[in-house]
Amino acid sequence: MARLVFGASKGSVPIRNDADADHEGRLEVMVNTEFETLQDLRADVPNAPPRPAPDLSREGAAVWVEGLTRTFEAGKKKGVKRIVTAIAGIDVAIGRGELFGILGPNGAGKTTTMKILTTLLYPTTGEVRVAGFDAVTKPRDVRRRIGLVSGGDNAGYGILTVRESLWMFSQFYGVPNKASRERSEMLLDRLALREKADERVNRLSTGFKQRLNFARGFMSDPEIVFLDEPTLGLDVESARQIRAFLREWMAEKAGQRTVVLTTHYMAEADELCDRIAIIDRGKILATDTPQGLRTIVSADRRVVVELDAGTPIDALSAIAGVRVIRVTPPSEKGTFSIHLGVSEGKAMRAVLDSLMVEGSVVHNLSTHDPSLEDVFVAIVGRGIEEADAAATEGGAA
Amino acid sequence: MTSSRFEPVVTNLRAAWARAYVRIFAASREPSWILSETLLPVIGMCAYVFVYRALGAPRAYEAFVVLGGVMMAYWLGVLWSMGTQFYWEKQDGNLEFYLMAPCSRMAILSGMAIGGVVMTSLRALSALALGLFVFRVPFDLTHGWTALLVFVLTLGSLYALGMCLASLFLMYGREVWHLAHALEEPVYLANGLYFPIRALGPWMAAAIATVPLAVGLDAMRQLLLGGALSKPILPVATELWILVGSLFFYLALAVVMLRWTEARGKRLGTLILRHQ
Repeated sequence: MARLVFGASKGSVPIRNDADADHEGRLEVMVNTEFETLQDLRADVPNAPPRPAPDLSREGAAVWVEGLTRTFEAGKKKGVKRIVTAIAGIDVAIGRGELFGILGPNGAGKTTTMKILTTLLYPTTGEVRVAGFDAVTKPRDVRRRIGLVSGGDNAGYGILTVRESLWMFSQFYGVPNKASRERSEMLLDRLALREKADERVNRLSTGFKQRLNFARGFMSDPEIVFLDEPTLGLDVESARQIRAFLREWMAEKAGQRTVVLTTHYMAEADELCDRIAIIDRGKILATDTPQGLRTIVSADRRVVVELDAGTPIDALSAIAGVRVIRVTPPSEKGTFSIHLGVSEGKAMRAVLDSLMVEGSVVHNLSTHDPSLEDVFVAIVGRGIEEADAAATEGGAA
Repeated sequence: MTSSRFEPVVTNLRAAWARAYVRIFAASREPSWILSETLLPVIGMCAYVFVYRALGAPRAYEAFVVLGGVMMAYWLGVLWSMGTQFYWEKQDGNLEFYLMAPCSRMAILSGMAIGGVVMTSLRALSALALGLFVFRVPFDLTHGWTALLVFVLTLGSLYALGMCLASLFLMYGREVWHLAHALEEPVYLANGLYFPIRALGPWMAAAIATVPLAVGLDAMRQLLLGGALSKPILPVATELWILVGSLFFYLALAVVMLRWTEARGKRLGTLILRHQ
């Protein structure tokens, strides 16, 4: 069985960076049963005819950014202004009809980029065009064509019902009442909000509030939707419904609707996105399709072997065509895992032979293609969790 | 979306109505709000009426208090429901949706104002009812229509001033509470809500006459109390023109201030950081 995400870098936490794991990564069983392989994930995508390559020109792209930087003043130190760089020079073009992911750890510049693209923030330098209009000089033209959903947000008024909330937000975009009604009814059904339609927002559970928040972003039938960590903190079922809705929504007007998604959930980016940009410290380090990104790492197969704690592994690293990528600390049940990159079948055989010669007890052995996590580590130089932790420490300091 | 040249107008009207809806209809779902809007504010007004009665003051003074109580409700509405509203919207995460919607921010503020006027009128009506039916305050309705015009203009000017405050409070961020409190009590005093403003002296009265609440209140008192108001600030006609002028002045100022605050916020990043 090939597993989408596996291994842990800290203690016995079994899953890292999965969209459906909670913040402590505790939903191993659910994740493993839900996502068997990447191919399985993509099997859900409605069959659509192959699309022509998107227009990535300045005039034709849904989003076109050149030389974008953004700095903030962060107070003064000894009378000198402290400048923090959130975006350190981004060039990117997103075609119409693309589902484009921006993947990066906390503090990488994802949200700042989104705020600039949605006209909420001026860039310090650079040109930003959204839906064919300059986001700085023609913000109104941009706004008419975009929607924004920020995950974890519960914007709106608790005193309104779900249905009224959707209507209210549509009115800020001038949507006629009839169209507003039709859209809200469609969204109530598709996001499983129907049973809560006439309930006050302040009486909804967090999951329903976030679904409502998500639905709100689609009430104006935007050409381009910006989703900033849309499944942040969501339960498995809500996150799944939101992803399924996104795929259907894109397929309904293939080539016309564009989604720009920021996330630091690898599986989510892998599952949904046509292309992914990996961003860290305000710079885009790589942009490609998920498959294309994997080829950046290598053509290695990834092998994970779970062994008794204390089993010698020196012999494994000496085998030609095998490299040890990571060794996890011993778990509570007295085992540890070794992650190997194996370049060819012969090397795989040598690994097995070596383990048998040593008389090792193999508790588990699995293989898989390089994951986005592997890609991220290779490109950024550290795992996304480590990067998040570093950002948190930096923020705390 | 409609695609005519009237589209921006239609969008703004829809936006204003949607924002007003929250206050007019949704807010009435909380009975405790209605109670706190109607019953509690008139208690202070009652205290002043009883003081004047105990001192043996003319009945016209009671009418002063009732009119002051009515208008005080609007000032509180302007200060707390208009001025601070964008700040609270920012804290609740709504501001960025207003800012990235294609409608005008003035449309959102107008919606808040309309909703605010309707809700605050509940409070004002309860004060008026108390004055008319419990204290039996004598009002002269000979110039009733003119008084109504003055009332409408005063509200317009006040809420336009509230729109200006919205930008100011948004800029002040966390200091908003202190700012609102700082403006609350001095305005009670300066606008003569419970006593004739001329008691503060002619120069003070002239200075305060630039505030729409004081002017509007003075005009209404002249119109509704007949000859009981011996020392008005200015003639009613002059006060009417001042109110018209301040309405347009504050509206224009609000537009400029909103644009400036928004541009500043986008430049500094303060509009997207909630706790600033």
